[in-house]
Amino acid sequence: MKEYRTINKIAGPLVFLDKTEPIGYGELVNLVLADGTVKRGQVLDTSDELVVVQIFETTAGIGKDTGVRFTGEAIKMPVGREMLGRILSGGGKPIDGGPEIVPEKRLDITGAAINPYARGNPSDFIQTGVSTIDGTNTLVRGQKLPIFSGAGLPHNKLALQIARQAKVPGSTEGFAVVFAAMGITKEEANYFMQDFERTGALEHAVVFLNLADDPAVERIITPRLALTTAEYLAFELGMHVLVILTDMTNYCEALRQIGAAREEVPGRRGYPGYMYTDLACLYERAGIIKGQKGSVTQIPILTMPGDDITHPIPDLTGYITEGQIVVNRELHRKGIYPPVNVLPSLSRLMNLGIGKGHTREDHKKVSDQMYAGYAEGNDLRGLVAIVGKDALSERDRMLLEFADIFENRFVRQGYDEDRTIEDTLNLGWDLLSTLPVEQLVRIDRELIQKYHPKFRTGAKKE
Amino acid sequence: MEVKEKKTKEKKHAVLKRIAGPVVTAVNLDAHMYDVVKVGKEALMGEVIKIQGDNIIIQVYEDTSGIRPGEPVENTGLSLAVELGPGLLTSIYDGIQRPLAVLVDKMGNFIERGVSAPGLSHEKKWTFKPLVKSGDKLEAGAILGEVQETNIVHRVMLPPNAKPGIVKVIKSGDFTVDEFICVLEDGREYPMIQRWPVRVPRPVREKMNPTIPLITGQRILDGLFPIAKGGTAAIPGPFGSGKTVTQQQLAKWSDAEIVVYIGCGERGNEMTEVLTEFPHLEDPKTGKPLMERTVLIANTSNMPVAAREASVYTGITIAEYFRDMGYDVSLMADSTSRWAEAMREISSRLEEMPGEEGYPAYLAARLSEFYERAGLVKTLNGARGSVSVIGAVSPPGGDFSEPVTQNTLRIVKVFWALDAKLSQRRHFPAINWLNSYSLYLESLNDYYDREVSPEWNRIRSWAMEVLQKESELQEIVQLVGSDALPESEQVTIEVARMIREFFLQQNAYDKVDTFCDMKKQYDMMKAIKLFSDLAYAAQIAGVSPSQINTIKSKNELNQIKFIKDYKPELAKIEKEMDTEFNVLRSAA
Repeated sequence: MKEYRTINKIAGPLVFLDKTEPIGYGELVNLVLADGTVKRGQVLDTSDELVVVQIFETTAGIGKDTGVRFTGEAIKMPVGREMLGRILSGGGKPIDGGPEIVPEKRLDITGAAINPYARGNPSDFIQTGVSTIDGTNTLVRGQKLPIFSGAGLPHNKLALQIARQAKVPGSTEGFAVVFAAMGITKEEANYFMQDFERTGALEHAVVFLNLADDPAVERIITPRLALTTAEYLAFELGMHVLVILTDMTNYCEALRQIGAAREEVPGRRGYPGYMYTDLACLYERAGIIKGQKGSVTQIPILTMPGDDITHPIPDLTGYITEGQIVVNRELHRKGIYPPVNVLPSLSRLMNLGIGKGHTREDHKKVSDQMYAGYAEGNDLRGLVAIVGKDALSERDRMLLEFADIFENRFVRQGYDEDRTIEDTLNLGWDLLSTLPVEQLVRIDRELIQKYHPKFRTGAKKE
Repeated sequence: MEVKEKKTKEKKHAVLKRIAGPVVTAVNLDAHMYDVVKVGKEALMGEVIKIQGDNIIIQVYEDTSGIRPGEPVENTGLSLAVELGPGLLTSIYDGIQRPLAVLVDKMGNFIERGVSAPGLSHEKKWTFKPLVKSGDKLEAGAILGEVQETNIVHRVMLPPNAKPGIVKVIKSGDFTVDEFICVLEDGREYPMIQRWPVRVPRPVREKMNPTIPLITGQRILDGLFPIAKGGTAAIPGPFGSGKTVTQQQLAKWSDAEIVVYIGCGERGNEMTEVLTEFPHLEDPKTGKPLMERTVLIANTSNMPVAAREASVYTGITIAEYFRDMGYDVSLMADSTSRWAEAMREISSRLEEMPGEEGYPAYLAARLSEFYERAGLVKTLNGARGSVSVIGAVSPPGGDFSEPVTQNTLRIVKVFWALDAKLSQRRHFPAINWLNSYSLYLESLNDYYDREVSPEWNRIRSWAMEVLQKESELQEIVQLVGSDALPESEQVTIEVARMIREFFLQQNAYDKVDTFCDMKKQYDMMKAIKLFSDLAYAAQIAGVSPSQINTIKSKNELNQIKFIKDYKPELAKIEKEMDTEFNVLRSAA
């Protein structure tokens, strides 16, 4: 393989080379330093005069004497069944002291878009055991449902609870968790690792760790490695894979860093104009394929800078993903775990996975009714602050009360509490029964007759 | 101006010089703007978008990884065009009219590259029934004959740029789209297929003013903010406000004969929902699958960005083609913001001077050109056809002041303001009745007088007034509580609530409520108005608002929307209401 020593300029993570043979766009590049270490990069721009290479590690040690080898192929990663239970670096190298991965296959990490015509319709209800998700923002197989959080909130804890408890009731098919950490601290990483070990989840998991002190640009490839692994496990081995990506905010920062180094015209808040497309190329790698076993379900986690949901990162994410679970600081301060605010949360695929044959016939109506009641009760809290409780009508007082019990009984649950969907829905009915029946305008009379505690014959639950 | 082969004089070999993502540079290429070129050894499809000295800048519709400088480039000499003819309906295309089903056959479940696939099947035979005979004099756009494509009759036309001529031979029988079915005296021969460059609007004889509403079956749209056939509407909404559901409802239920749905930069799973749902949906008028009158274009967000840019043009050209047959076509573009972002991405790769928020300076021009292709027209063959365009806009952070929303609002006549607050309260469709508007109301008045009821216009204004009044009153209620309001205004609050919850809220997932015709809308609103009249009368007679609120039958009104054969039930409720008020009044 030819080696070039024509480096002309190095700026941030980018290396500019003069005159080379024709080099392919997107090719993998190896840079051999004077001391023999090898660094990897990718071609970002190629012409007959100039080649721009983006380095995935630090550029420390790279100089005009560095040899550059073009491999002639896109970045591929070795994948195999035995990756399960392994811990890899953000660049895909084993860091658990175990042997190298013996590849069964080498796959292009950029992945290809699933033909929309080949996609299957996601409709398998995933029970996470968390009421605010199962009841009001249901997750289904093949969905991408991010957690929008803020600094200092227990989003990691929630993600772990979901990873641990998630199951499709009645299904015995193989499942796996692919966990990709981008720029999280060692402490956070340990938290995840300990929990995986404590619960025995590690043997079904593949872990990619890019820590806070690892090179930022490596974060560009970490999620791609994780998703390539997930796709392999799902579509080649027929497993149901849950991918957790944390923290997407760090990924986007790395994207911005490269954009700035390339002197691109920045978009909103300095993030590159192609960030939407770039994020879509990650998030869209979730789904199921018609007539094939296996699925990729994604739970990306991102921390909203300044808890601002209109910040470009959550904003663009929300436009691509099928809803979002919003973790709320106010609820957290009230000591409620998991502090999920159901009002701005949403699962767009919920209606496909609930109702008769999936969960229970009353699911949607119960969910809508609770949602409406909580939303109105929550609004009234503002009013109470001004006029006091006494000025409220009877109906308003009841709604205000409903908002409180909703938070305390429905939202709040234990870290190890795994509620079945039946539990969640029955709990919902119990809460709704505190309101007069005439107020339940979103539920048909039939369902009320069948499920409302007041009419339900037999033992009352809880 | 049908697409013709241009002669390309090749001197030196045309080769690639630079590759940077979806934009590549070629040299020694004899090219014109918007020529379609084949890029690299794999002959990836691209389009010339800039000429700068010897450098020809090309946007490529497929992934460019691995392409090297020095690889060949070939100019086809054609503009980016779509194939138009029998076989369009029920098709599902990507942004450059490649049928997705064919792509699955050719390259599996994932979109690979370098595969071309024609938009129409060139093998399938269609039964052509001529409607002209030899000796007939034909103008451009004349209808030659018919093909029963699905339950829709596909009218085969002379291309809109053909010169007039006299029919010499017209065939009848089964033909592929490429076989000649018509020969003119001067020797010109025509097959059923036409090719038309997507960036050029198809000509019409005359554009007319829209006077007929596009009935959507959605109460807040038909009732309060109607769009006319041939009109333009925008649905801007922050994410999670139910934009996609609203658009899909429109595609399913609007009374256009043909639906073109463009998923531009859409979510893959949502597109799948459309793809799996449409074939099973029944057309409320014909009982046939809805898909039989639909063309879908799906270019998901992770498919190549240049093809996303083209998808909107591909869609509207197909819509115009059906319009030219004399059909009412409704086109949904979801979302034009993604389209604008594709323009921005290409523009920044071209290192063009950016305008507002990095969007190219020509954003406004491109948007208005696109929406201007909508309209109610007299076609070249004298028929009446229309293309109604409903564009979704996805403003970042729900901020309507951003350039795409603003430039769109300057053009469109109807604005359906989706509101995240409403959807959080599960008020669906989450269209804000205070911020939305329709500029078609006046031109449609005659239609409502004629087709619904002479009362309709008055009753609609009444409802709008009540809602407006409520929003003012709510401000006071927020401060002092509802008990502090004068009694008549407490009645207003209750009536407004009924309009909101009973009339405006509509359940897209309920079998019956998903579509509500104009007559039913009128009856429902009339019943609420009846309550209102009775309530005010009772209040003046001394009945207190809290007593009025105890009227049981009014809450029964909410069930009307879920009942298919609602008339007997409605009559019963109205009667009960009257009785209950009589009791109250006599007690007062």
